[in-house]
Amino acid sequence: MATALRPSVDQVWQWLAEVPDPEIPVISLTDLGIIRNVAWQDDTLVVTVTPTYSGCPATTVINLDIETALTGHGIEKLRLERQLSPAWTTDWVTAEGREKLREYGIAPPVDGTAADGLLMKRIDRLGGRSNLTIACPRCGSANTEKISQFGSTPCKASYRCTDCLEPFDYFKCI
Amino acid sequence: MATATLDPAVDQAALFEFLLRLGDNALILGHRVSEWCGHSPALEEDIALSNTALDLIGQTQLWLGLAGEVEGKGRSADTLAYLRDGFEFRNILLVERPNGDFGKTLMRQFLFDAWHFLMLKALKGSTDRRIAEIAEKASKEVAYHLDRSRDLVIRLGDGTAESHRRMQEALDDLWAFTGEMFMGDAVDAALAEAGVAPTPHSLKAGWDEIIEETLAEATLKTPADAYMHKGGRRGVHTEHLGFILAELQFLQRAYPGATW
Ligand SMILES: [Zn+2]
Repeated sequence: MATALRPSVDQVWQWLAEVPDPEIPVISLTDLGIIRNVAWQDDTLVVTVTPTYSGCPATTVINLDIETALTGHGIEKLRLERQLSPAWTTDWVTAEGREKLREYGIAPPVDGTAADGLLMKRIDRLGGRSNLTIACPRCGSANTEKISQFGSTPCKASYRCTDCLEPFDYFKCI
Repeated sequence: MATATLDPAVDQAALFEFLLRLGDNALILGHRVSEWCGHSPALEEDIALSNTALDLIGQTQLWLGLAGEVEGKGRSADTLAYLRDGFEFRNILLVERPNGDFGKTLMRQFLFDAWHFLMLKALKGSTDRRIAEIAEKASKEVAYHLDRSRDLVIRLGDGTAESHRRMQEALDDLWAFTGEMFMGDAVDAALAEAGVAPTPHSLKAGWDEIIEETLAEATLKTPADAYMHKGGRRGVHTEHLGFILAELQFLQRAYPGATW
């Protein structure tokens, strides 16, 4: 039976967990929370991916990396589908992913501050500045300040620690 | 038989026109902002402007991609961006204004972001699921844009005498280009009727509120409403668009179908 040769969906998820994010290679695509679904449709494997940012240049590379990894594991018929809704949120970055980011020197997103949370409410109310505390990934100090809302990739912002003086990236919440 | 349908009963030509307007606003502003890449006053600002441009170009791909799908003539987002002539562009005149100095670029961004944020927020409730999904995605990014441009307008407006002067000049200069955001036509009426999009005018009160509150905090004076320039939404542009397209479309015009 041809179907007996199909790797299980769980197996595919494990393979995807080994594909690094091209821009932040310490975390995998599953850590990042952008793989939304894996399913077999007849003899075709369908992997549903959601973009982090609409214009993220890594999106094309990510699709290519998925294809390369899965065809390397013997998948012959593969289709990648893009899913926009529900829109990706940093709340989907796994606990393990957050820890890997911290170890790598990137402050992980703060829970519950995704765009439908604090930022949206703040913009809606035209309130003041965010009073979120972003801990320094190097020394753990809470005395940090924002340098810019944007950083080295679309998903990051730039911060600086006022205790150890280290500048660092913050994986901003969306 | 009355069944739920993904596409609301709306004139597809009007829908195409509306999607071009959204896509072209994002494309032309994204291009304008990208002109700062490598020229900003500080590295952080250079990165921020480039990222903003990137978000807008990403949104362009989604809107123009859908526009091509709706049109049904096999035109892709790339075809629409690279191979249309100036009179076929539907962006408002505000986004094609030259960058000027850093203050003017930020003021243009703020005036647009406030409108963009409100428009996308309304579109999240569109009866057209495809539009609602793109709006859901884009509104998260635009919330960041507005957060940033608003903050900088306040800091520079309520900054030094020099920064204040430049921000007031930027505001006075751009004000006559804001009215076009709220002018509706038959396309808007058809889409509002079908619940696909809000009427432009319905966004005005919310926009006024954001602008007034921010300008007050920035110690800037809101210009009196006078003559408002218009035309971009129906393809009548200023001379600036031609120069933008000359650069934006050069490669595909000179080497049709080039890829890399
Ligand atoms: Zn530190």
